Amino acid sequence: MADININTINKYYGDVHVIKDISLDIKSQSFTVLVGPSGCGKSTMLRMIAGLEDINSGTISIDGEVVNDLPPKQRNIAMVFQSYALYPHMTVFDNMAFGLKLEKRSKDEINERVQEAARILQIEDYLQRKPKQLSGGQRQRVAIGRAITRKPKVFLFDEPLSNLDAALRVQMRVELAKLHDQLNATMIYVTHDQTEAMTLADDIVVLDEGIVSQKGSPMELYSNPSNLFVGGFIGSPKMNFIDSKILSSTNNSTEIDIFGTSKITIPKTSSNSSNGDSVTLGIRPEHLLVNQDGDSSWESKVFVVEKLGSGTFLYLEKDGEPLVVETEGDSNIKVGDTVKVGFTASRCQLFDSNNQAFK
Amino acid sequence: MTIFSLFVYIFIGVLVCVAYFHLSNFLLDFFTEKTSKKSINDSSIRVIIFIAPGFIVLLIFILYPVFETVRLSFYDKYGRDFVGISNYIWAIQNPEFKRAILNNLGWLLIVPTLSTFFGLVIANLADKLWWGTIAKSLIFMPMAISFVGAGVIWKFVYDYRGPGDQQIGFLNAIIVFLGYEPQAWLTIPLWNNLFLMAVMIWIQTGLAMVIFSAALRGVPKDMLEAARIDGANELKIFTSIIIPYLQQTILVIWTIITILVLKIFDIILALTNGMWQTDVLANLMYDWMFRGGGDSGRGSVFAIIIMIAVIPIMILNIYRHKEEQKI
Repeated sequence: MADININTINKYYGDVHVIKDISLDIKSQSFTVLVGPSGCGKSTMLRMIAGLEDINSGTISIDGEVVNDLPPKQRNIAMVFQSYALYPHMTVFDNMAFGLKLEKRSKDEINERVQEAARILQIEDYLQRKPKQLSGGQRQRVAIGRAITRKPKVFLFDEPLSNLDAALRVQMRVELAKLHDQLNATMIYVTHDQTEAMTLADDIVVLDEGIVSQKGSPMELYSNPSNLFVGGFIGSPKMNFIDSKILSSTNNSTEIDIFGTSKITIPKTSSNSSNGDSVTLGIRPEHLLVNQDGDSSWESKVFVVEKLGSGTFLYLEKDGEPLVVETEGDSNIKVGDTVKVGFTASRCQLFDSNNQAFK
Repeated sequence: MTIFSLFVYIFIGVLVCVAYFHLSNFLLDFFTEKTSKKSINDSSIRVIIFIAPGFIVLLIFILYPVFETVRLSFYDKYGRDFVGISNYIWAIQNPEFKRAILNNLGWLLIVPTLSTFFGLVIANLADKLWWGTIAKSLIFMPMAISFVGAGVIWKFVYDYRGPGDQQIGFLNAIIVFLGYEPQAWLTIPLWNNLFLMAVMIWIQTGLAMVIFSAALRGVPKDMLEAARIDGANELKIFTSIIIPYLQQTILVIWTIITILVLKIFDIILALTNGMWQTDVLANLMYDWMFRGGGDSGRGSVFAIIIMIAVIPIMILNIYRHKEEQKI
């Protein structure tokens, strides 16, 4: 229905190069999340697709048609803003009907479409209210409703949940996922929250300083980050990084040192590294074993214990950053205890000195 | 009076104020401590003591003249004998009064509306042009000119010389250049009112524009972008989104200019002095109060009528201000 092809686009703000030769293919009816830290260019990307920013070079096409020079209204898109961007002087109904009125739809059709969108979003009772009289969550629904009524080919979301409180954010997240199933439209979603990215996306595009760091399904990014940045960005709490050195390597594995006290052989290799090079070992808190040997182990003192009920995070002393380990919720390990941490070789990631992952 | 003595008076004045507040504060503390009752009234007494001097000054220079004007309007031309409402009856039957009311209404309808309209449009356009800032400073400049000064400037614009003479009036110079007969603009009844209003609009557009420029910066960018994505063109965004969003500001500016226009006096005095049917209430008041020996009774009647006309606008303003405070 609406494939989006982005071909080597560039964007400059004055001398600042914010989008650097990005190419992306977004499949029709997919839910694609652009994620990255602030200033990575994700919102700029979205605004270029929407037609709110000029493209300095390269092309964007929707459904095979190059839209570089088309104004937003001819691109058949709808956008939901972080600030909701509702029209404060109009009722909820008029907010949702504004686009349709501009399209000169008949009264009956407008009424029908607004009612339908209101039903989907459960805001039928508020149609005659002004935005001022609504709560944050309700306003966000109206903003989404305004997008739905126009039946666009592509939905663009610019951090739509960032202004909501934590509980509401989870609820709206589930509803957005449901909405995507119901509408079968192409959705592009920008967020800096990796949880939203993981839970909502068919495809995640991780952006870092104007380039695509990695693109793939959530589990692909989680299990096989292609570089240190993606490894650290996806997952919460973030992946532990341990500075290390290559001791020896074979065709299909690399032996490295852990804190100078033990060694581990990891079944990954890289053509860019040789013996003696420094590397970074990455392992997620949930993949570390507590008081078990694994393929290799290391001992340290616990200095913080975080109990979440469903799990417990232990912060272990390591030079520099702490090493975070997740263990079961009813663990009785206390601050000051010495804990043995076991590494499973198959769960470990290795990154070379250029931050690229071993394969 | 030398500069030196002026400074001495200022110094003494400031000293008296400081002494008053310290002394009254000290006395209040002294007496409340003596009774040793920490009553709630303590703070309200302090408020009364501090506000009293300012309030008394206001009373003498604003409230007293109001009551005195009301009193005078019921007395004869020398303010000696009580004549009942005969001054008012005279005013109502006076054709000049009727024309002044009509002229005032014309001013009230046209000047605030056009000034607000031009101010809003110019503020909006100026943000989109590279030379917008220069245009804005030029349009704002008349604000710095007094009404009388503006009147003198525009007298040259409308100036008229006989058909054979060199035209020094800007408007007539153009007309003659284009091959038409020169006109004595300020003597053409009804039209001359519009020419006078143009001066006021010229001055007040700057004020409206500056306030709208500031207000426009407060319009959320996201909202305008949402409208653009909804398919609205620039004109539609302006009429359907920006104007309703700024309606409070529009109302404020409209009220400010309306109140100014109700008191309009100087421009007419400088340009036509109320001749050729351009009289407004304030000019009538001035003429009757001070010209031809003066008639404080009839002059006061016009003053009262102007004051009464301002009251509804003030009430609207105060009511709206309170509504805003509630939110």
